[in-house]
Amino acid sequence: MSTLAAERRPWTMSKVAVNAVLLVAAAYMLMPLGWLLTAATKNAGDLLSGQPVSAERFRLGENLSNLFSTDGGLYVRWYANSLLYAGVGATLCAFICIAAGYALHVYRFRGKEKLFGLVLLGVMVPMTALALPMYLVASEVGLVNTYWAVLLPCLVNPFGVYLARVFCAGYIPTEVLEAARIDGATELRTFWSVGLRMVTPGFFTIFLFQFTSIWNNFFLPLVMLSDNSLFPVSLGLYSWDTQTSAFPEFYPLVVTGSLLAIIPLVTAFVILQRHWKAGLTAGAVK
Amino acid sequence: MTTVATRPDTARAAAPRRRGRPPGHSGAAGVLLAPFMVLFTACTLIPIGYAVHLSLYSERHSGLGFGVAETVFTGFGNYSRALADPAFVSGFANVAKYCALYIPVMIGISLLLALLLDSALAKARHFFQLALFLPHAVPGIIAALIWVYLYAPGISPVLDAMDSMGFQIDILGHPLPAVVNMAAWQWIGYNMVIFYAALQAIPREILEAAEVDGASPLRTALSIKIPLIRASLLTVVMFTVIGALQLFTEPMILQGSAPSVDSSWTPNMYVFTAAFQRNDNGLAAAGSVLLALVAAGLSFAVTRFGRSRAARAEGGMS
Repeated sequence: MSTLAAERRPWTMSKVAVNAVLLVAAAYMLMPLGWLLTAATKNAGDLLSGQPVSAERFRLGENLSNLFSTDGGLYVRWYANSLLYAGVGATLCAFICIAAGYALHVYRFRGKEKLFGLVLLGVMVPMTALALPMYLVASEVGLVNTYWAVLLPCLVNPFGVYLARVFCAGYIPTEVLEAARIDGATELRTFWSVGLRMVTPGFFTIFLFQFTSIWNNFFLPLVMLSDNSLFPVSLGLYSWDTQTSAFPEFYPLVVTGSLLAIIPLVTAFVILQRHWKAGLTAGAVK
Repeated sequence: MTTVATRPDTARAAAPRRRGRPPGHSGAAGVLLAPFMVLFTACTLIPIGYAVHLSLYSERHSGLGFGVAETVFTGFGNYSRALADPAFVSGFANVAKYCALYIPVMIGISLLLALLLDSALAKARHFFQLALFLPHAVPGIIAALIWVYLYAPGISPVLDAMDSMGFQIDILGHPLPAVVNMAAWQWIGYNMVIFYAALQAIPREILEAAEVDGASPLRTALSIKIPLIRASLLTVVMFTVIGALQLFTEPMILQGSAPSVDSSWTPNMYVFTAAFQRNDNGLAAAGSVLLALVAAGLSFAVTRFGRSRAARAEGGMS
């Protein structure tokens, strides 16, 4: 096709220009990450004086051991909290979204499209505009400053329900469900062993996006938590960053901690390219 | 509401296959929907209702401010207090300025990159998609932290390089472009992938027909490709506006290094300060409700505008 034809063509001016623009854009996107990588090898003095990276001033090991020992290993605690919030939250959220999306796809009941309209309205409510009202409710019921205060709101994702419905429509042929019913499977059993299995790629897509948004969430934990042993990494790094002007030794900790905090997601996005592309495509193309 | 309008289409398209469903399955539907509906009610509907309720009350201190505070119904008192506060209003002005700069720049660049990647000339498409998308995997707070270092003279290798070329830029003195750059860095790639997916979904026959008719690639992009992905464009604009109104993390981090960013630089920061520094929950709730209303109004306006444009375009074609 046209792609093959283009590859056979020699490098024309316009081809050079197109790829040069893309290269500049990629460099702009990767530069801050590259800077973070080099900055994590410097101590506070070298970082603040803009020393270039050098082998004899390579302090990554020192920074890492400081990171893990400061405040009795608080960073490790934050990291574990983030893994808990994002891992448990995204797994449960993906299940809840798939169950709801499956029900909306498979069954007909009164008021279904109205219900779906309400879910779509939920997509448009700004998350941060909700965080404060959630805090007010949580303080009323005594959940403020607990794991639940951060975990429960992360289980709700109206956009995930929309995605799940689209994925179910795409992955689950009605005939298969009919066959399961004829074999005598109950409705819930059919969902569990047939529907859920067929929509597994959709499950991973929703999981990945929810994991990212929980891992990256800052406002909700900022509002809900005051005990720093419950903090996720994002909030913990912020709390250290606010101390850097008084205690410059926190600079390398914030930088090295930031580097470690982005590794899981960057790795996941590199490995699971098919899944995030599927999610963005389903959201974009009608 | 393009999102709302286009999304159910997908589901409805599958509807004819669902005929002949035996009765008696509503129980299963209820069980499967219940977890979501319970959590949605607890974490979205109730907080909104409670915020509206709280926004109608104020705490009054008797006499000189000593003694026990009592909660009194003040109607729209909190709303008029918020709207009369220059700090709250100037937050909206900052967000408006931010949108005026950010939306054209971010959408323009993502669209340009998507069109370039979609052109037959681009090489290494997978690499470019991944490289441009990666900033989205970085938490907003960490992105803001990195950029604050890159804005700091003496620390930033970028500023040093520019300085040695004779350019001296005081980015920290200009918070608006500083925040726009942080946000653009995080969202250009994400939206580029959405546009690219929409472009890839355009039927190839249409593009081949344009080529046969002798349309240049630029002409094809402007008069065929962009109009055909209008639905995606509108969705992205809508989510961008909603996101812009929530602006919080980036200016919050910038606050430490840029003195002109104060604690009510955006409406969200104002609400946060009202709740946690002034302990004025009524005012904070009123601010939240106003913020949500503006977001809803704007997304309604964007989609309304988009839909009428689309209807006109379709009318013109037939």
